[in-house]
Amino acid sequence: MDLDSLIATSGSWLQGTGPDADIVVSSRIRLARNLARFPFVSRADEELRGEIESLLRDEVMGLPTASHFHYLDVEQLEQIDRQFLVERQLISREHAESSGSRGVAISDEEHISLMINEEDHLRIQVLQSGLSLDGCWDLIQEIDDQLEASLTFAFSERLGYLTACPTNVGTGIRVSVLLHLPALVLTKEINKAFNALQKINLAVRGLYGEGSQAMGDFYQISNQITLGKSEQQLIDGLKDVIPNIIRYERKVRDELVKKNRGELHDQISRAYGILQNAQTISSEETMQRLSSVRMGINLELIDDLGIPAVNELLIHTQPAHLQKLYNSPLEVRERNEARAKFLRRRLAERRGEQN
Amino acid sequence: MKKCRRCSKPATLHITEMREEEVHELHLCETCYQEYLDYSETPEGPLESDPSPEIAIELSGDQTLEELDQTACPNCGISFREFRSQGRLGCPHDYTEFENELLPLLENIHGETQHCGKLPTQAADSSRQQYELIKLRKDLHQAVAAEEYEAAAQLRDAIVTLESDLGLTEHQDLD
Repeated sequence: MDLDSLIATSGSWLQGTGPDADIVVSSRIRLARNLARFPFVSRADEELRGEIESLLRDEVMGLPTASHFHYLDVEQLEQIDRQFLVERQLISREHAESSGSRGVAISDEEHISLMINEEDHLRIQVLQSGLSLDGCWDLIQEIDDQLEASLTFAFSERLGYLTACPTNVGTGIRVSVLLHLPALVLTKEINKAFNALQKINLAVRGLYGEGSQAMGDFYQISNQITLGKSEQQLIDGLKDVIPNIIRYERKVRDELVKKNRGELHDQISRAYGILQNAQTISSEETMQRLSSVRMGINLELIDDLGIPAVNELLIHTQPAHLQKLYNSPLEVRERNEARAKFLRRRLAERRGEQN
Repeated sequence: MKKCRRCSKPATLHITEMREEEVHELHLCETCYQEYLDYSETPEGPLESDPSPEIAIELSGDQTLEELDQTACPNCGISFREFRSQGRLGCPHDYTEFENELLPLLENIHGETQHCGKLPTQAADSSRQQYELIKLRKDLHQAVAAEEYEAAAQLRDAIVTLESDLGLTEHQDLD
């Protein structure tokens, strides 16, 4: 796979399509699996890791769907390319930063990725746009079944699929949705929502930023427990609660508009103006302004830009993307200028192009 | 398993911060998260990365923690002490070897200790038979290192026999 060819594109999970895509950016499911006849990755020496990688690589690239897969040897990649894959959500930060034989198979549309020799021998991930957990599950289940036809995964009747970390044992499943919740953050209602989620054992992670509003109001909600419940029960646990959060966010947005439409419209228009005209801009500020613009589009206060364009900019304005785009390593100050230049150009191109 | 960075409760909130485009990870419990939110307007400078979390273990019987720490898995060789400091197990057999210690821990994390999700198409027995290969290969490694060539040859034969019994050799034939 030529990573440079990806610079101009985005993964299908950023298309802004699918149910409730105004608030649910994407849905994701991953499964952790280990081969029964090898020690876990942290306990395997380089020779064994090499053997695990080549065995799993052959299996993964032999899958019926593999004609659309590209395999990347993560160990051989430049540091900037690894970071690029992290920004695109195709590999984890841990996979980028560790050492030794490891790789990843990625589908054309970037909705499937299979990491080899991450914390577990195999981490299968499916990502889709909008609220689409059933879609993710059907696809990942199919891949898992196909692999299981020729591989023996470590499994016990009592504890299920055995993983390197006891927090993943059982189903080995992590079900998550990426939510955009600007109105709940603005009104500080978000803490109530988080408290309610923790009581039912769901974890909240800020994906692009810190726990507060500084970094774009994007939050990842996922299951914490993996043992003692079936995959379907864990998926349903999220499916039951997510519509409530969506409703809550919509309700608060409506109230904001009703209470002070003029002020909100002004804030959003200013954010849009800054993104179109700034000469230098940090990634924090970019996230924050893009979050305002994204809400503005959903509230029909901005009518000449689409959600997919904003989703794309969230990823493409990150450091490794910019450096690959300009094809040179950039210092923070240079990056902030490059980011502003890229935003001016892309927004000019995509304005008026309705999605 | 992560513990809260500021106290010892389990961390339920996992925060990724980006400041000056540096990434920091922070793991907090609910109470500390509230405090964190109150202070997040005024950043307190870059946070250190997570110190390696130690696993808290409830001791059963008369075994001391020191004795327990010395126990090692015969398959992969990991000691309980190593597991406690890294939070990662060494091989699938560790779940059997350290079962008494792990069950209360799993109960704490998941609230349950019985899997009721997907079952693999192959029986768990065939999974367990394969663990034996981990031990044989570790022993082979040690025999070679100790220049015990006779033992090494025997172990190599045992591996080949077991692999062929388990039907694992066909992949090599395909090449």
